[in-house]
Amino acid sequence: MYSYEPDTQIFSRRAMIMGVGQLGLFGLLAARLQYLQVTQADQYGILAENNRVNIGLIAPLRGRILDRYGQEIATNRPNFQVVMIPEQTKDPIETLRVLEKLVPISPSRRKRLLRDIPRSRGFVPFTVAENLEWEQFAAINLNLPHLPGVEPQVGKLRYYPQDDIFSHMVGYVGRPDGRDLRRDDPLLKVPGFRIGKSGVEKQFDDKLRGSAGSRRVEVNNVGRVIRELARNPGAQGADLTMSMDSALQNEAISLLGEQSGSVVMMDVNSGEVLTIASAPTFNPNQFTVGLSQREWDGLLDDQRKPLINKAIAGQYAPGSTVKMLIAIAGLEEKVITPEEKIVCEGQYELGGDTFHCWEHEGHGLMNMHHAITNSCDVYFYELARRLGIDPIERVAKKFGLGRPSIPGAFGEKKGLIPGRDWKRANLDAAWQTGETLIAGIGQGYMLVTPIQLAVMTARLANGGKAVTPQLLMNLQNASNTNDDPVSVDANGAESNDIQVDPAHLKLMHKAMKSVVNDPDGTAFGSRFNLSGVASAGKTGTVQVRRISKDERESGIIPNEELDWHLRDHALFVGFAPVKNPKYSVAVVVEHGGSGSKVAAPIAQKLLKMALERDRQPLKIKTTSAAKFNKMKKNTAGTA
Amino acid sequence: MSQFLSPRLNSFQGRLASLNWLLVALITSISLIGVMMLYSVADGFEPWSIRHLTRLIFGLAFMITVAILDIKFWFRIAYFVYVIGLLALLSVEFLGDQMMGAKRWLDLGLVTIQPSEPMRVGLMLALARYYHNLPFENISRPQWLALPLLMIIVPAFLIFKQPDLGTSVLFSLTGVSVLFLAGLSWRYFFAGGLALIPAGWITWTMLLDYQKKRVLTFLDPNTDPLGSGYHILQSKIAIGSGGLTGKGFMQGTQSNLNFLPEKHTDFIFTMYAEEMGLFGALILLVMYLIILLMGYLIATQARSVFARILAMSISVSFFIYLFVNVAMVIGLLPVVGVPLPLMSYGGTSMITVMFGMGLLLNVQVNRYTELSVK
Repeated sequence: MYSYEPDTQIFSRRAMIMGVGQLGLFGLLAARLQYLQVTQADQYGILAENNRVNIGLIAPLRGRILDRYGQEIATNRPNFQVVMIPEQTKDPIETLRVLEKLVPISPSRRKRLLRDIPRSRGFVPFTVAENLEWEQFAAINLNLPHLPGVEPQVGKLRYYPQDDIFSHMVGYVGRPDGRDLRRDDPLLKVPGFRIGKSGVEKQFDDKLRGSAGSRRVEVNNVGRVIRELARNPGAQGADLTMSMDSALQNEAISLLGEQSGSVVMMDVNSGEVLTIASAPTFNPNQFTVGLSQREWDGLLDDQRKPLINKAIAGQYAPGSTVKMLIAIAGLEEKVITPEEKIVCEGQYELGGDTFHCWEHEGHGLMNMHHAITNSCDVYFYELARRLGIDPIERVAKKFGLGRPSIPGAFGEKKGLIPGRDWKRANLDAAWQTGETLIAGIGQGYMLVTPIQLAVMTARLANGGKAVTPQLLMNLQNASNTNDDPVSVDANGAESNDIQVDPAHLKLMHKAMKSVVNDPDGTAFGSRFNLSGVASAGKTGTVQVRRISKDERESGIIPNEELDWHLRDHALFVGFAPVKNPKYSVAVVVEHGGSGSKVAAPIAQKLLKMALERDRQPLKIKTTSAAKFNKMKKNTAGTA
Repeated sequence: MSQFLSPRLNSFQGRLASLNWLLVALITSISLIGVMMLYSVADGFEPWSIRHLTRLIFGLAFMITVAILDIKFWFRIAYFVYVIGLLALLSVEFLGDQMMGAKRWLDLGLVTIQPSEPMRVGLMLALARYYHNLPFENISRPQWLALPLLMIIVPAFLIFKQPDLGTSVLFSLTGVSVLFLAGLSWRYFFAGGLALIPAGWITWTMLLDYQKKRVLTFLDPNTDPLGSGYHILQSKIAIGSGGLTGKGFMQGTQSNLNFLPEKHTDFIFTMYAEEMGLFGALILLVMYLIILLMGYLIATQARSVFARILAMSISVSFFIYLFVNVAMVIGLLPVVGVPLPLMSYGGTSMITVMFGMGLLLNVQVNRYTELSVK
């Protein structure tokens, strides 16, 4: 039969070989499928899920910053934007041309859009314009039926309703830059996300920022969103209630006016900072929208340094405002009594050098009270010589000088209280007695910031409690309930008391009251009397140039005739009321001239206003943020 | 001779009744799975699923028609079919429509076909008849080998020129397997294997850039995950993520979200394995395996040389396409444009497979038919 024929035999064998081969290859396929679908299933499952799902972050709404009465300092306002989705338009370029007639499109953005839109995948939305006026936004909404693919959107933008009055202390927000982005928070990469760049916005960024929400969306191979799978709205940032009072702050800024300077006012007991103003100032709203190069250069080139927060970063010689501390040091070291009189003849000789009193004629016989009232320099040269630098350094530090007042505050400088060790370490030289004398009138190496002056004055006023400035109401409350120790004394021991004899402080109060309220006091001109309540203080006029011997003989050139940057700094520290002090204030006007004529009036007006506000029921004016909220409702209606 | 003929083969009904209906049922089932998967791909009957179904119905009718014709008819026109196929290939060279950069398609008015596919059946018919006529002792003589080699090489070269490397290679492989089944001496296969090395090198130099790239990315798909390696990688992700039981019908994320390329044609198995899992994939492979087993049985039971060579080579060719396609989508072979028989969407593939299966069934129906040497 056939099966015995050779060709049939060969065929059967070869067909069998092929059949077995096929079976083997089938086994190979099955094994490979088993490997992919069982052994590696988990790994490929993850890869498929990664393919499928994109996680998008939702930027949380930034917490508001409020003043002590709840008035908004920083809030979020709607940012009216126009977004175009090219694939939904009839012709994206033509649509752009129509939009241009309705809303302003900057040339650079226009160029970018014309370049990017043709290259993009059609479903990627492009922001055509933002920060639109309500009218422009309404015009877009009105024309929507004729503009397929155009979407009006309302985003959120940081807004400072009080414009420039809080800008230094509160700061502003901006796009995260390269250094910020290195921190591995993916939220920073969300388009439009802003972080605190300075001031409180930066210092408390973590609290204000809130936590990011997220949305998981299913995408296809080209990244088009197919549907939303899940959404977690996140948590909006916490509101911060600041200790500041907008009305006082506003008054401080307007009192400073065009001058370069700063004002700090704080509660002497709680440390709450009511006013912390620096001038000239800038409008933080410009920073969130984006500053032009010219505006930026203008801010940088201004010799009055508008970008510096002078209240905490301006360092000045304290001048005569430090004299109370010298006097207390003298009393503590018992090198002088309040009654002892020292004669002032207008100058003081030491080792061949002459040290001048501001009063060239001399003050005559001065006891401690009158030496402070008249701000007699010779008295304090003598007192300083008797003390030496060490007690001066010790007492100055007790009153909060020479170290940051608000740890963590953005850009705060710590000033400088010089001493033997400091000079040895930094200048590699021994301390000279002449330097002690200069320190006795608050000149020389000594540097303080306005906030330190306010703290010093508060500690003088409150009976020697180690108060520190508090910027936030909520944090302050927390620290009260916890009964946290407020300061650390020189020995490292924690204490709420700076260890000053109340009798010594009483003497200082009396002298400082006379500075303002007695006819021979240096600040008599700016005194006020609010139904029996008065203030106390001390002026300071700080020389920023060397006066040569020749100039002294021919008559010192008055400030008005000097270049601005050579004029004296005008300083004033004060508190009110004299009995049961409540507020301390420090004013520094750079190159403002005399402390009594320039700085004292600002301080006195603010103290008076603060006391008056305590007596009146409060009226909080509606902010422009309320206006924006109203607009938001309108938007919701049309969108 | 006639005593070997079953009397019922004389009638139309008799021939129908003697058809291997299990084979027909398997072919239909696999094709219906294809219809189902094409529905899942497009999320509806349009555009592929319904047309695949229509083609299946016409294809089954065509297959049965081919099956119940007298095997002598196919024996007579074997060379003619081959020549028609060759002419079609040549006309593609001169008249063919360009599609995706390659001239493969011939517009026949009603349908456009790729002649390279049905040409395979023409080759098998022609070679089967050639070896049917060739005395056994002449098979391994070089002078009798020249013609069959030419019959393979000429169309293979025309297909390669289209350019369609994958089909050309599979076409040649089909031809070589017929030579093997016919009983050609082993020596030729050893020699051919050795000759393949320089031939491979020459072919490599003639390859177009995209063809070279395909081969290279096959060797290491991870080097270019978004470029040429994309298809392989995405396909493996889809299959692997299907797991044991799959993501469920219409639930394949990879395929429904377009991460998969060509999922209605060459990558339909990927889609199937993603949605039906390893169990589904193995069930499908077993169904294919049963078809092949039947092909083997039909071939070994056939009396005439023509019939058995034809039947076995159709079965082998079916296997080659099936294996290369599945091996390709699971990353065992480079990406070559080869459809999965019965499941991939495509009219040409359907016609070719149904033609081949029709001939296989024809051999089964006519297994006792003796054919004289002509």
